[in-house]
Amino acid sequence: MTEAGANRPALLEFLLRTGDNTLILGHRVSEWCGHAPVIEEDIALANTALDLVGQTQLWLGLAGDFEGKGRSADDLAYQRDTHEFRNALLVERPNGDYGATLMRQFLFDAWHYLLLTELTRSSEIRVAEIAAKALKEVSYHLDRSTDLVIRLGDGTAESHLRMQDALDDLWSYAGELFVADAFDEQLAAGGVAPNPSSLAPRWEEIVRGVLAEAALVPPSGVYIHKGGKRGVHTEHLGHLLAEMQFLQRAYPNASW
Amino acid sequence: MSVEWPLWEIFIRGQHGLSHRHVGSLHAPDAAMAVRNARDVYTRRNEGVSIWVVKSVDIAASNPSEKGPLFDPSSSKVYRHPTFFEIPEEVGHM
Repeated sequence: MTEAGANRPALLEFLLRTGDNTLILGHRVSEWCGHAPVIEEDIALANTALDLVGQTQLWLGLAGDFEGKGRSADDLAYQRDTHEFRNALLVERPNGDYGATLMRQFLFDAWHYLLLTELTRSSEIRVAEIAAKALKEVSYHLDRSTDLVIRLGDGTAESHLRMQDALDDLWSYAGELFVADAFDEQLAAGGVAPNPSSLAPRWEEIVRGVLAEAALVPPSGVYIHKGGKRGVHTEHLGHLLAEMQFLQRAYPNASW
Repeated sequence: MSVEWPLWEIFIRGQHGLSHRHVGSLHAPDAAMAVRNARDVYTRRNEGVSIWVVKSVDIAASNPSEKGPLFDPSSSKVYRHPTFFEIPEEVGHM
């Protein structure tokens, strides 16, 4: 296998980043289970969470294969500490109100959709196959979050206010998704994954188009919160992991 | 929610079914969201290939208290079932 050589560390990093994004967002979204404003939304959100966790199994499973230390997707999900997680800060943001959850989802979905579209053409066949499977799910996620952002942004005075607040809070966390480092550039050169910065123009186009339709205005500031990709996280991730990993930490290798 | 969303009746055409079948109902503010919600609520286990939604208030139904006059008379008319014809051998299975 060609990727067994120089690309291996970069590819492992990329798989952890991709799998950690879906894992942490999947867990965040699952926190709504039983709490959403109406049962139809509750089920729809649970479906989204399950899609993301399912994708995590594939990405982290492949990461474990590449790592070659015999770690499974479960091992990687439940037995790493905060600084070993590679997810973007956006996905560990607390759920907030329903508007904030949907805005975070929308900003992520638009990026996720573009990333997976590019990954279906990856030179690493296993990456391309996972992307093709996940893309169908994520196309629907984007469809749904787009619709709800427009409905709530251009809805009542109250819903508009909440969506604008959510956008103001989350906007500076989206930028990290497009910042490339040496690993990204190496994988882009090898045709394994797109350079994250190359996704920015189309993301801006999609997101700004939807926000305009939703009567929402993105903040003008250009400050970007970043760090998650290299394991520097906000305090929120620790709390999330404490809950998510509790069982495997308290009862190692428990199964049913 | 200050205003209750209207109720929609959901019909799903299954993988092998020819016609849409009633599977249940749900709430949604309009038809487009009713279709989305139906996808999320009623097709999670690979049940469907097509969804219809109809506002519950738009369905006119027979009155249960008229069940006798409406349906009982037909129970004694077995000759309406096409079971009294000899089917020629050449026709085979119908």
